[in-house]
Amino acid sequence: MRTLLLLILIWAGTDLAKAEQAMVGSKVFTESYVLGEIARRAIENAGVTCGHKQGMGGTIILWEALKQGAITAYPDYTGTIREEILKVKKEVTVEELRTELARQGIGMTHELGFNNTYALVMNRQRAGALGIRKISDLRKHPDLRLGLNHEFLRRKDGWEPLARKYELEMKDVRGIDHMLGYTALANGSIDLKEAYSTDAKIAENNLMVLEDNLNFFPAYKAVFLYRLDADPRVIKALKKMEGTINEELMMKLNAEAERTKDYSLAASLYFGEKAQKIAQGRTKQMAGKIAHWTGRHLLLVGVSLLCAIVVGVPLGIWASKPGIVSQIIISSTGLIQTIPALALLALLIPIPFLGINPITAIVALFLYSLLPIVRNTATGLQDIPVPLRESAAALGLEPGAQLRKVFLPMASRAILAGIKTSAIINVGSATLAALIGAGGLGEPIISGLNLNDHATILEGAIPAAVLALLVQFLFDFLDRFLIPKGLRLERTVR
Amino acid sequence: MAETNQPLITLRSVSEQFGPVCALQSIDLHITKGRTTVLIGPSGCGKSTILRLINGLLQPTSGTVEFEGKPVLPANVIELRRRMGYVIQDGGLFPHLTAGDNVVLMARHLGRPTDEIQRRVEELCELTRFPLEGLNRYPVELSGGQRQRVSLMRGLMLKPDVLLLDEPLGALDPMVRSALQTELKSIFQQLKQTIVLVTHDMGEAAYFGDTIVLMKQGRIVQQGSLADLRERPTEPFVREFLNAQRSLAFP
Repeated sequence: MRTLLLLILIWAGTDLAKAEQAMVGSKVFTESYVLGEIARRAIENAGVTCGHKQGMGGTIILWEALKQGAITAYPDYTGTIREEILKVKKEVTVEELRTELARQGIGMTHELGFNNTYALVMNRQRAGALGIRKISDLRKHPDLRLGLNHEFLRRKDGWEPLARKYELEMKDVRGIDHMLGYTALANGSIDLKEAYSTDAKIAENNLMVLEDNLNFFPAYKAVFLYRLDADPRVIKALKKMEGTINEELMMKLNAEAERTKDYSLAASLYFGEKAQKIAQGRTKQMAGKIAHWTGRHLLLVGVSLLCAIVVGVPLGIWASKPGIVSQIIISSTGLIQTIPALALLALLIPIPFLGINPITAIVALFLYSLLPIVRNTATGLQDIPVPLRESAAALGLEPGAQLRKVFLPMASRAILAGIKTSAIINVGSATLAALIGAGGLGEPIISGLNLNDHATILEGAIPAAVLALLVQFLFDFLDRFLIPKGLRLERTVR
Repeated sequence: MAETNQPLITLRSVSEQFGPVCALQSIDLHITKGRTTVLIGPSGCGKSTILRLINGLLQPTSGTVEFEGKPVLPANVIELRRRMGYVIQDGGLFPHLTAGDNVVLMARHLGRPTDEIQRRVEELCELTRFPLEGLNRYPVELSGGQRQRVSLMRGLMLKPDVLLLDEPLGALDPMVRSALQTELKSIFQQLKQTIVLVTHDMGEAAYFGDTIVLMKQGRIVQQGSLADLRERPTEPFVREFLNAQRSLAFP
């Protein structure tokens, strides 16, 4: 256990050692990635080394990361800050927002120059055919199918209040990822979706933006949020960007990012640099990236699994004894398993000294790995026939020696099977760690999902699948050494 | 001969209750040193329960079990178990250990010298006529009879003061069973060992038992030699039990 802690500390330490002087974060959509990348360059140009944690998650995750100091700055929108972060009324002015943020140690730049408000969009021809121009026209068409992203579904300035204000009674409203929603709209599986008014897809797919005739959507002026204790050069660099990006430019940058699947190219466009893409060395670069992600992935899986074994096996031994404690252990580890991975991550983030970092991901993976190990250990021990249990006791072995010399070896097959199950599930779940910026093979999967780029998704998905298979083989191989020969013979003889 | 007749194990008005079920009712029993005591009776009469009370796998609901005049208690039970061999039906061998490792498990755990262990194992192999090369086999690779020999070696390894045998031949086919009975008897005679044997077979009881304890529904009906039981039955049940068993053997 002590070496384990040491390992984590060393790892966290190396993370700090190579950490840049500043760190920009971004949310999981194209515009945020592009703005984040632009900010990173602007900060580096000001002489401060700066990293970029791409696509860390939704608003709350970025906000918590900023407050905890995991990141120095990230792009956000006045409407989001008002409704989601500070949860204040619409009438509150931007200056009042600034004062309130400053109270929490956070600064806000002036507007970057564009308004990226929410909008509802639909296929232009279909809208024409149905005679829909404004949002209030939807009242006559309650059968249209809506595919809205999950954040929009729940936001205070999102779907439900919108439907109330417009008195809409739509029958079919589903949650779908923002980028996947455009594909769904294009192939006709949904009729309507939410959009950001600067989305490149609007022009690209010839979509119609429904007029917000009741003025429901608040203004979403883009700004940067930053820590007030940041390096003054960082703050100056961010402020230099105020008023430099209008709607037209932002839409162009978004389109460039989606066309080239490369945010840094879009950022270069902002700085007026020549967009250069070095074709050579790209595969080599990719192999390096995949190796890096895989390494990080293995570290997440390895550390969390090791902790789960160290804790899970003793818990399983405890749970194998009849009584109330056993019930409590088995049902509480089972309960953890029913919490969706994403929800578990979100629940862990506010806990002190966890926050937005790899340790939170490891804790979540550890909790997920417990159940198969605990349950298999308990069942493996309970399945030992009573005559053999009594024989071990009757020999005069102390309870501890009975466990060590007889019961655990006899249950080794079940225990190892539990560890194997945990390891394989863990390799899959660890892809979610990228949502809170812990890296791993989930990183390309999530950016690919946001770019609607299958090649990028596969860069993460294929190594993850291969890894799961390798883990399976590794454990099959370990079985030969760790399961006593007499038990393996039992299988073949009978 | 006062010394040899002194009881090694004494049960004083021992009762055992499993929930609402009464397994033993106020049993008084003396196990004499150097003799073979056979507990016999129909299944469910409580004979195995007595063995498990003696080696402390069970605690009596009331009454006391004494070993050399001292009560068997949770505090001293581990030490006492090392002075009692225990052999059950089908051997109770641990499947993950070889025959040899099963036999020496406890001696190694107690840190006995290797050469002493080796000598004892060879001695026991000779006694039970178990081939030395068979020690490297795992229980699944052994026949039922061989498993019982290994189990017997395990029970005798630490030179126990008493050997407790619970239906040791119950799982064997009749031919092997009869051969092993003969061998067991000669082993017991060689060792002058105190034996407590549980069986439901009257022929086996008569063959082994110096003293036969006949039980029914948790109490002792009669104890004595075979002649006592045959000629001076205390209850009609004694005659019934003997007759039933004889008619099975000689139809």
